[in-house]
Amino acid sequence: MSAIDLVIKGAQLPDGSTADICIDGEYIVDVSSTYKGQAHTSIDGKGCVILPGLVDLHTHLREPGREDAETVLTGSRAGAKGGFTALSAMANTSPVADTAGVVEQVYRLGQEAGLLDVFPIGAVTQGLKGVTLSEIGAMADSVARVRVFSDDGNCVSDPLVMRRALEYIKKFGGVIAQHAQDPRMTVGSQMNEGEISARLGLKGWPAVAEEAIIARDVLLADHVQSRLHICHLTTAGGVEIIRWAKARGINVTAEVTPHHLLLTDDLASSYDPVYKVNPPLRTESDVHALRQALADGTIDIVATDHAPHPLEAKECEWQEAAFGMVGLETALSIVQMTMVDSGLMSWQQVADRMSHTPALIGGYENQGQRIAKGSYANLVVINPTKLWRVDRDLLLSNSSNTPYHGRELPGFVEHTIFRGKPTLLSGVISGEGGK
Amino acid sequence: MSVALSAPDIKRALTRISHEILEKNQGASSIVLLGIPTRGAHLAQRIASIISEIEGVEISCGTLDITLFRDDLRLRAPKAIMPTTIPPSGVENCDVILVDDVLFSGRTIRSALDALGEIGRPRTVQLAALVDRGHRELPIKADFVGKNLPTSKSQSVRVLLSEIDGRDEVSIEGEAG
Amino acid sequence: MRHLLSIADFSKAEAISILDTANELARVSDGAVKKLPTLRGRTIVNLFAEDSTRTRISFEAAAKRLSADVINFSAKGSSVSKGESLKDTAMTLQAMGADAVVIRHFASGAAQRLADSQWMSGSVVNAGDGTHEHPSQALLDAFTIRKHLGLGKSDLEGLSVAIVGDVLHSRVARSNILLLSKLGAKVVLVAPPTLLPVGVESWPVSISYDLDSVIPFVDVVMMLRVQQERMTEMYFPNAREYSRYFGLNSDRMKSMKPGAIVMHPGPMNRGLEISAEVADSSRSVITEQVTNGVSVRMAILYVLLTGGALEAGGN
Repeated sequence: MSAIDLVIKGAQLPDGSTADICIDGEYIVDVSSTYKGQAHTSIDGKGCVILPGLVDLHTHLREPGREDAETVLTGSRAGAKGGFTALSAMANTSPVADTAGVVEQVYRLGQEAGLLDVFPIGAVTQGLKGVTLSEIGAMADSVARVRVFSDDGNCVSDPLVMRRALEYIKKFGGVIAQHAQDPRMTVGSQMNEGEISARLGLKGWPAVAEEAIIARDVLLADHVQSRLHICHLTTAGGVEIIRWAKARGINVTAEVTPHHLLLTDDLASSYDPVYKVNPPLRTESDVHALRQALADGTIDIVATDHAPHPLEAKECEWQEAAFGMVGLETALSIVQMTMVDSGLMSWQQVADRMSHTPALIGGYENQGQRIAKGSYANLVVINPTKLWRVDRDLLLSNSSNTPYHGRELPGFVEHTIFRGKPTLLSGVISGEGGK
Repeated sequence: MSVALSAPDIKRALTRISHEILEKNQGASSIVLLGIPTRGAHLAQRIASIISEIEGVEISCGTLDITLFRDDLRLRAPKAIMPTTIPPSGVENCDVILVDDVLFSGRTIRSALDALGEIGRPRTVQLAALVDRGHRELPIKADFVGKNLPTSKSQSVRVLLSEIDGRDEVSIEGEAG
Repeated sequence: MRHLLSIADFSKAEAISILDTANELARVSDGAVKKLPTLRGRTIVNLFAEDSTRTRISFEAAAKRLSADVINFSAKGSSVSKGESLKDTAMTLQAMGADAVVIRHFASGAAQRLADSQWMSGSVVNAGDGTHEHPSQALLDAFTIRKHLGLGKSDLEGLSVAIVGDVLHSRVARSNILLLSKLGAKVVLVAPPTLLPVGVESWPVSISYDLDSVIPFVDVVMMLRVQQERMTEMYFPNAREYSRYFGLNSDRMKSMKPGAIVMHPGPMNRGLEISAEVADSSRSVITEQVTNGVSVRMAILYVLLTGGALEAGGN
């Protein structure tokens, strides 16, 4: 028997068992209790957990247009550092990803970076303006094979436009990912509307502005029998609506971001815009409801909403600052901390919420596969007992707007394997993307 | 700690100062006593009542807070501002006698002269101090002194007055250097 | 105390000490002394990114009476509104050697951002930030209440104060609610429900939608300015209706308690939230508020700018 390319020895699988993962070429060739053969590279996985490579359904890579904040390459590096093997590039670039040309460009940039799969998301409407449908069909048929469409950053607020979009994507089994925010109720809004906004004199972003759109859209999805995905759910009320819709058999899925699983609106008291994000940080009871909903499956997945911004967009007054936080490099740690260490979820459920299910929603067939013989070797090895301190100056993202600077987090991503090749080894980016 | 002036000593010293003030100013007709808060204000009151007992007339007496005129405001925690009360007749062409408890560096008196300058133009300004402990940092000298107390800089002089502290006493704290 | 950002930052004792200091400073200024050498050689910058002539003039007068050098940096129509960042402005002020910056800004939290950042080292005085706070106004209001109602050097225990109008957008209201309740007064907010913030239940106040039922029982009626732009934002149907329910006119004034006073932070919309007769009546202490503003701001500058070297380890 000849030597295989790579073996990861002794790591704990999502189901709790321990095995050696044998990788040759792009595939897992064996999962055995103890591999005795030869391997060109051997990784010691003792004490670590191995998960299928993480799949993010909501990433802002900023290219084309805002390469000062992030590029497909730097975003890919940040993704690999965080254990991701697939990212979904949101459409709100400049120009907007509302034509086949732009999505193919982003797709190719992803291929060139080569650190993970970059799946472009197409805009629902031209220029994200919410008025006219973009070239949805052309984007679906393009090399990028777009299946997820979203105006994220903006809400598809016109109910008729939303209805048409939901209907149109049935043609190829697509999904509309809605950024649920009633625009009239949130003009100039700065943070969650409640006690804290009242005290700080910052314009409120009420939970009802999110929930009203979610309620409308699940009814629309039901009516036209299409597939709806709700981006970054943040409220306890939104959870209730999703729960109700699922019970009725409506084809809806929902995501939550790591930061909404941990952070609350009282952080705005510092007026430090690093905590300014859209949708905003909510209250303690919302956080509690989101965690429960993620654990019981009402919320299907975790998505980062990684939103890089240059320094000057955050070094200013709160109301002048941009919305958003970077999240790729901290996502798994925050999920471990809030969901696993708290006893709410198993590692198997983490694999579901961060790999299998997002791949399923996005239609990413080569991603989110089970760790089994014949699967693509997309894997992440995490040391759950190793603490690490977040330093915004050491992030691989082009931007440093993390809300966790200085925090010590559990769960260090040791290795990321993308199609059989290590993209991260012992916490260091390797290969071409590491240049 | 050693007691430098007992209650009777203080009483005698103030009585003597009162006589000296009268003698130097040829009576009480033109004098205005201005005490520097906190203890200087009480001492001014006492001197005023001794003088009015001697002369049988009311003596103009007020207080002059110098906090806002200090030259070391940058260095000290902000102090509460005490009242300044100038007799209704003012200080113009009067003989103002500043009264303080301890004369030390002279900086308080310099501040007092600045404060007084903002209020009016007295004919003369004189200075009465219960204790002169030396170590002047400015060319300032008292006209009336209760007692000269040689001290080292590291020592501190503590003045107790019955109006505030329940009893009268002046003591020196710390070792002579 | 290094900065004055929010009333929430200081204790009742500290608040009373500022009022007492202002009281002594008012007496000094009332007398022959118009100028004190207290802050000689210190530089105070008035950084106004939003128009407010009265607040700027008040701070300027206060600084000058204490002999500070004053630089007016009126940022409206200058670099700040043309996209120069607060950071760059702050670093400019630092380079000029500002010992204190009095900042008025359209963004809530701007003063705190300035104070928390490493951009400059001087003291920061919040002269109104967005719809957040206006602490010096609250201090001068408390000072005026104390002085006018003959309360000497005590707190405001036992007094009732009605704050009437656009609480939602009012920095004056937020600071006054914190300060007056800290000093022991009972505060009642009177406003249409549209102009009260969601979350107001957590404030130390009671709430009424009916001005007539409140007026006879309070010692102070504090009227808030209604901004013109609220008219177009559907907070109430029109100015006439607002005035009918929430305006202070002579009829309503007649039902006030004997000795009760009327306040307004200015500038007033005569005929809207307050009628001309009320504004000019003997109950109105509105011009007295302006006078007291200078003494209170002198006290603020005195407290913040003395002892600075001490905190920096200079003694």
